[in-house]
Amino acid sequence: MSGQTLYDKLWNQHLVKQRDDGTALIYIDRQLLHEVTSPQAFEGLRLAKRKPWRLDANLATPDHNVPTTLKERAEGNIGIKDPVSLIQVQTLDDNCVEYGIEEFKINDPRQGIVHVVGPEQGATLPGMTVVCGDSHTATHGAFGALAHGIGTSEVEHVLATQCLLAQKMKNMQVRVEGKLGLGVTAKDVVLAIIGEIGTAGGTGYAIEFAGSAIASLSMEGRMTVCNMAIEAGARVGLIAVDDTTIEYLAKRPFAPTAEQWEAAVADWRALVSDHDAAFDKVVTLKAEEIEPQVSWGTSPDMVTGISGQVPDPKAARDETVQRSHTRALEYMGLQANQKITDIKLDKVFIGSCTNSRIEDLREAAKVARGNKVADSIKLAMVVPGSGLVKRQAEAEGLDKIFIEAGFEWREPGCSMCLAMNADKLGAGEHCASTSNRNFEGRQGYGGRTHLVSPAMAAAAAIAGHFVDVRSLPANDATHAQEA
Amino acid sequence: MKKFTHFDGVVAPLDRANVDTDLIIPKQFLKSIKRTGFGVNLFDELRYLDEGQPGQDCSNRPLNPDFVLNQPRYKGAEVLLARRNFGCGSSREHAPWALEDFGFRVVIAPSFADIFYNNAFKNGILLITLSEEDVDQLFAGVEASEGYRLEIDLENQRVITPDGKALAFEVDAFRKHCLLNGLDDIGITLQDEDAIRAFEQKHKQARPWLFRQPA
Repeated sequence: MSGQTLYDKLWNQHLVKQRDDGTALIYIDRQLLHEVTSPQAFEGLRLAKRKPWRLDANLATPDHNVPTTLKERAEGNIGIKDPVSLIQVQTLDDNCVEYGIEEFKINDPRQGIVHVVGPEQGATLPGMTVVCGDSHTATHGAFGALAHGIGTSEVEHVLATQCLLAQKMKNMQVRVEGKLGLGVTAKDVVLAIIGEIGTAGGTGYAIEFAGSAIASLSMEGRMTVCNMAIEAGARVGLIAVDDTTIEYLAKRPFAPTAEQWEAAVADWRALVSDHDAAFDKVVTLKAEEIEPQVSWGTSPDMVTGISGQVPDPKAARDETVQRSHTRALEYMGLQANQKITDIKLDKVFIGSCTNSRIEDLREAAKVARGNKVADSIKLAMVVPGSGLVKRQAEAEGLDKIFIEAGFEWREPGCSMCLAMNADKLGAGEHCASTSNRNFEGRQGYGGRTHLVSPAMAAAAAIAGHFVDVRSLPANDATHAQEA
Repeated sequence: MKKFTHFDGVVAPLDRANVDTDLIIPKQFLKSIKRTGFGVNLFDELRYLDEGQPGQDCSNRPLNPDFVLNQPRYKGAEVLLARRNFGCGSSREHAPWALEDFGFRVVIAPSFADIFYNNAFKNGILLITLSEEDVDQLFAGVEASEGYRLEIDLENQRVITPDGKALAFEVDAFRKHCLLNGLDDIGITLQDEDAIRAFEQKHKQARPWLFRQPA
């Protein structure tokens, strides 16, 4: 009999009941809540006169709707100009007070994007099941936790029962072997993976990312990779526990201490796939072949290397893909065979649950330092992932580097990743964005998103068009990842 | 949740792959704290020629005449025919809420994204996965005849075409049971309350740090 995958182990450790009909009850250790996908769940509880099963499993923070300018934030919730957004944030506050759920409110220094906050607090631990009404919950799998996004009905189900009804996924392993080139980051790795397997390549699977290039990534890089598992169709992205994981967690507020820490670490060490574990599918990429990536279309798998060009739809493998590509080029205002470096930008966004952690900001700041944002760029903004990331960046003087270069330095939140607040693209504007989705209208009605790494976004801001960070002078982005 | 019964309905074709949840319901409409009222903004960016705002009266907005749901022949459609990877992207349950509120009860496609799949069933929407070939044929059928309807027989897991052809589909037993009976799955789970408590005790003893709160 072959061994177990990491996913199998996590599943078995949380299996409350396997039903005859193929569904199972899975125990949930942590639920993260935000303002957009929770109000109807609390309302459902209230209507059915149910109580949350276990309050301390929940942690809440507003992130999707919050404004990011200092002026608005200084006023707290009242500073939210959009009355509909204000009601939503206020409703989260009210629900957390009513039920007694811990919340980092809008101006708490610990507030931020849920997927930045959870790990930063140690509220995400190896061996946990983590859910949130947000598809980027896959992020937390970087810790060897079984984490995935759920819908609002499921948020209510978890609140009421501490369990989720689930069906076991299949196992996929994506191996990235070798050494990443200078200037090639975790973001480039995951975009290259999505380009390889497609946006539905991981549907029905839990993907474990493995191989020497993945093992060499910091926790923040690993979170970037797992974050975008959903863009490959997989609800779950996972990375095995190792020293990097354990070092990151030590002394975090929610992490265990003293003897419990020792016991936990011993337990976490087993959170790796057995050497003889069987995967239903294995995909391998060579790290040396991955170059900085840029998405050119309206789906995250419409991506290529910086030295590449926009594809010709006529070369597509089937008619459906051909039509998608034709439609994407039309929406994006691009020509077949156009060089990626010839794409001009209007806005630049550095932020989101994919790339708003301190290492991301350091990487971008290295490129920005001593340079100026091009005159043709209407707005270049940096939005830290949490109040604590912002504080750390300011302690390191990164805010000054960005401001001197002409970037706007903002307050934490999801911001222009999905443009639920005032930060958005205008119709037809091209944006170099460190976020995760380039869907039509995602960053604003008619907006055109190009997904890139933080260093690539900063370099594009300075040049006004895409450039290869590897061609920049030394001390800039090429050494960013070694920081 | 409404019971899903045997029915037949008009089919509307959405000939496009990778229809993402941002396209199904754009983000500005996610600010609502209700579960209802999303139907007028279903496919907002495809359906109207202007940018929609939450709470806006949509009756005077300029319609995109090329969009299928604006064409009179598909009025009252209850079955949406789509292409591969339907519902990819975010976990927003507002997507099935919008489909349901608009009047759709069934979506047929060659494949669906995982989170959307769960969310749809929890709102009484049946998702039917058919082969690319079958879907191609249905698209051809819809194109060829106005008022094209499909009969949906969930009990026997069959889609029946106007010419009497039956296309079998798979659906897991639990989801089927919930749909047919209009069941609330929280209630079903709570029947296992004792098993959950027993598991929780054991889990806490084995891994107490999972239950720890900061000092």
